[in-house]
Amino acid sequence: MIERTATIGSSVGLHARPAAIFAEAASDYNFDITIARQGEPAEDAGDASSILTLMGLGAGHGEVVVLRSEDAGAQAALDALAAVLETDHDAS
Amino acid sequence: MQNLKGVGVSPGRIIGTIRHMPQPVQEPHAEQRLSPDVSAEDAIAQLKAAAGRVHEQLKDRASHAQGDAKAVLEATALMAKDSMLLKTAAKKITAGICAERAIWDAAQTVATQLGALGGYMAERATDVLDVRQRIVAELRGAPAPGIPHSDTPFILVAQDLAPADTATLDPAQVLALLTSEGGPQSHTAIIARSLGLPAVVAAAGAEQIPADAEIYVDGATGEIHLEPGQPERQAAERWQASAQLQSFDGTGATADGHAVPLLANVGGADSARRAAADGAEDVGLFRTEFCFLERDSEPSVEEQAAAYAGVFDAFAGKKVVVRTLDAGADKPLPFLTDSTEPNPALGVRGYRTDWSNPGVLQRQLQAIARAAAGSSAEVWVMAPMISTVEDSEAFARMCADAGLRTPGVMIEVPSAALNSRHVLQPVQFASLGTNDLTQYAMAADRQLGSLAALNTGWQPAVLQLVKHAVDGAQLAGQRPVGVCGESAGDPAMAVVLVGLGVATLSMSARSIPAVSSVLRSITLAQAQELAKVALNARTAQEAQQQVRAGLPILDQLGL
Repeated sequence: MIERTATIGSSVGLHARPAAIFAEAASDYNFDITIARQGEPAEDAGDASSILTLMGLGAGHGEVVVLRSEDAGAQAALDALAAVLETDHDAS
Repeated sequence: MQNLKGVGVSPGRIIGTIRHMPQPVQEPHAEQRLSPDVSAEDAIAQLKAAAGRVHEQLKDRASHAQGDAKAVLEATALMAKDSMLLKTAAKKITAGICAERAIWDAAQTVATQLGALGGYMAERATDVLDVRQRIVAELRGAPAPGIPHSDTPFILVAQDLAPADTATLDPAQVLALLTSEGGPQSHTAIIARSLGLPAVVAAAGAEQIPADAEIYVDGATGEIHLEPGQPERQAAERWQASAQLQSFDGTGATADGHAVPLLANVGGADSARRAAADGAEDVGLFRTEFCFLERDSEPSVEEQAAAYAGVFDAFAGKKVVVRTLDAGADKPLPFLTDSTEPNPALGVRGYRTDWSNPGVLQRQLQAIARAAAGSSAEVWVMAPMISTVEDSEAFARMCADAGLRTPGVMIEVPSAALNSRHVLQPVQFASLGTNDLTQYAMAADRQLGSLAALNTGWQPAVLQLVKHAVDGAQLAGQRPVGVCGESAGDPAMAVVLVGLGVATLSMSARSIPAVSSVLRSITLAQAQELAKVALNARTAQEAQQQVRAGLPILDQLGL
C-alpha cells in the first residue's frame, strides 16, 4: 500500500468545482485510488474518482487528506493528484 | 375545449405550439422487488446504461452553459456515473430490490449525508436528487424532468415554475409561459417580465391542453384561445409591429411634461449593462443578494466592492439605488438566515438580520462606500424590511458612519406605510416594495396560486396603503417615494401610482418602453383622476377595469 498526503488548497474546500476536477483526474488513471481524511482508518477510505465521496468528506480549506493505492506503480499518479488537491481552483 | 382565462402577468400576443413541462418523477414503490424475469446482473446493467445516458445528456448541457451554471452541470454530470452511488445501488439490486428503487434509496443516503454537512454541501443534495429523478425517468423511458428541449421554439405550459426551472429557461427556445397555478408575483411572472416573454398564470385547465396544440396567448388580458384563426393572427401581428415601434427616448414624463423618471431593477453587473443598453435612466433597485446566493460564507468587503463597482460602472454619472442584503424567506442565505423559522416571510429577514448577525450590514455598507468612491455613479442606499422609526434611525446612523450620504428605506412592511410620517423622517427617500407590501397587507403568501386573486396591487387596501405612505412622506419632510415592485412595470398601474404622488418608477428594463408610451398619453391631472377612480373602487377587479377603460392607448398598443 502506498500513500501520499495532501492539504486542500481551494479556499472554499473540496466543493463542486474542485471536486469535479479531482474526480475526473482520478478516474483517468487505471489504478484504484482511495481517499480519506487524515487519521481515519484506511479500510474506510472511499473511491477517489467518486465525486459524491469527495463531497461527502466535507473537507475544508487547509485540511489534510490521504491518497492510497494497493498498486506500487501508482506513486506518480498519487503525486499528480496531490498537486491537483493543493491547487486553489477558486483563484481565477 | 373552451378557451381559457388566467391572469396576464407579462404583456404580448403570440401564437405558438405548446410543450408541457413533464410531470415530476414519482417515487418508486417502497421495497419494490426485482421483477422475476430480470436477473440482478441485467438490472445492474440497465441501471448503469441509464445512468450513462443521463451523464451524457448533462455533459452535453454543460457544454452549452457558462460560468457557475457550467460548473454545477459538470459536477452533476459526474454524479450520474458516480462509482460509489452505483455500487451502493448495485448491492441493493443484488439483495433483490428493483433498479428504480435501488437508485432511489442509494441517492437518498448520499443526499442525507450531504445535507448533514450544512452550507454549500447541503445545497448540492438537491443536485443529487435531481440526478436521481433523471436516472429513474431514463429507466422508465419517460421524458427527462425539467424544461423540454425542442428544435423549434414553443410555448411552455406547466402547473407552476420553480426558480430552479426558470434559471435554465432559454428565451430563444421559449415563446411564452402559461401556468395553471401561480400568481402575479410568482417566479413565473418575474422571470417572464425580465425576459420580455408574454405570460399568463392561474389559468385553470392549461395542463389539459392536448400535446403539441397551437394556441394564442395574450399576456395582458390573460386570454388563451385554443384554435387560433385570422383574428388571433392579426392581433399577434399588430403586437409584434407595435412592440418594435415602442422605444424609449430616455426620459419618462406625462403628456404635459411632469417628469417621472423610469428606472431599472437590476441584480448584478450583467443585468445592469443590459438595462443601460435598453436606455434606463438610472437604477432604482440594485438587488445585492443575487450576487451572493451561491456562497456558503460572507463575501469579503473587497469582493463585494468589486461586484458593486461593476454595476456602478455601467451607470457612470447616473443614480444607482442599492438595496442592502435582503436575505430570508424566498431568498435564504445559509450563512445569514435561519431556515428552521416557522414563518420565514415574517421572520428575521432583510434589515433584521443585523440583530442576529451584527457586522454583516456594516461591512456591506463599507463595501458599497468603497465602490462608490471609485465611481462617478450617484449612489443611494436603502434597507429592506424596515418596520419602525428605530429601524430607520439606526440605518441612517450606520450609513453616516460608512460615509454614505443618501440613506433611504423600503416600504414593504405595512407598519412603515402606515407610520411613514415618522419612519421617513430620519432618511432621505423611500421605495415601495409593492410585491411584499401586497403579500403582508392581504395576508396572502405570494407563492400560492390559490391566492393569486388576493396578491394583486389593484386591491383597494393596497392602493390605500400606497396613498398613505406617500402622504406621510410629504409630512416627514417631502421625502420622494418611488416604487420598485412589479406594479411599476404595469402601465395601467404606473398611471395610478403617478396620480397618487409616486415620484419614480423602477422596473425590469424591458417594461420601460411600454410604461413610457402610456404615461406620455395622459396629463398629470388625468393620472390623478384615474388614481381617484382606483381608490374609490370597491374591488381589485373594478379598480383595474375602470382604470383600463380610461386608457384607450392600452388596447392600441396591445397591452
